[in-house]
Amino acid sequence: MRFSIYRYNPETDEKPYMKDYDVDVVEHDCHMVLDALLAIKNHMDDTLTFRRSCREGVCGSDGMNINGKNGLACTLSLDSMKEPVVIRPLPGLPVTRDLVVDMTQFYEQYDKVQPFLQNSDPLPAKERLQSPTDRAKLDGLYECILCACCTTSCPSFWWNPDKFVGPAGLLQAYRFIADSRDTEMDERLADLTDPFSVFRCRGIMNCVDVCPKGLNPTKAINHIKELMLEKSV
Amino acid sequence: MVKSVMSVSRQGIRDWLIQRVSAVVMAIYSVCLIGYFLKHPHFDFLDWHALFAQTCVKVGTLLFVLALLFHAWVGMWTIFTDYVKPFVLRLICHGVVFFTLVSCFLWTLEILWGVNQ
Repeated sequence: MRFSIYRYNPETDEKPYMKDYDVDVVEHDCHMVLDALLAIKNHMDDTLTFRRSCREGVCGSDGMNINGKNGLACTLSLDSMKEPVVIRPLPGLPVTRDLVVDMTQFYEQYDKVQPFLQNSDPLPAKERLQSPTDRAKLDGLYECILCACCTTSCPSFWWNPDKFVGPAGLLQAYRFIADSRDTEMDERLADLTDPFSVFRCRGIMNCVDVCPKGLNPTKAINHIKELMLEKSV
Repeated sequence: MVKSVMSVSRQGIRDWLIQRVSAVVMAIYSVCLIGYFLKHPHFDFLDWHALFAQTCVKVGTLLFVLALLFHAWVGMWTIFTDYVKPFVLRLICHGVVFFTLVSCFLWTLEILWGVNQ
């Protein structure tokens, strides 16, 4: 099976280029895209650089652009892949080397939404309780693994990575806005009312299309907008 | 001090609302006008003149044009902030769009109120 992989080493290459590899996927027992990448690295070209860790879609390390669509290399089967399998780094972020991108801008936007529980009420004796109904509101929000597939597929993030929080950050923002144990909803919403943080989302829905966990950031973003509207009138 | 949605810059939600409200105004006007034309298939200059001589049609059309101009302003502002990064160039683009839209509004006023009974 043929793979065309983006290569760039800023220390030795003037500009990026695509390199082809023919992998015997049967001999190397490759089922997923990540298996093929590991076969290339271990048996053909040990200079190929990429991130990976858990190999089962939990850690979110191996987000990359595969045949034009962002996804996790470890959860995408080779069976359905069109040849040559074109693999590039996540778009919109600076490339550190080969398939490794600098995630600083992504994490800075994540940091902006203060992704932790805030509660100004006095500490309870044991723990802050939550009804099953309120807990259910967090389903579809807390599962995000921060692989950055959604944010780096969003044109609004490509044009304004310093100002638009992006789908992953906004999904996390709504995860805490919707949490019945968090008392800072008004402050969290107020921090997002500028024209860029939330409102640069134009509902393109690339984020929904690529999310490897099947989450819906656009829905969460629309809930944030609706809450802002409710608070404004 | 506790911040609230009301107390900080609300340009984001204001623009978002403008686009939605103006879209509804334009949709209502367009449906009404198309409906009127369908009911009056043989429409000549005198009918056209009589229609736009009515104050309610003038006000409705003015509302439609205002909605269109606001919608266009928010859209163009978004496009320029996305694609035109040098500040001075962006300011010039905003200025050109602003004066074009204001001119369109004044021209609309002149045309609409130039139709006499």
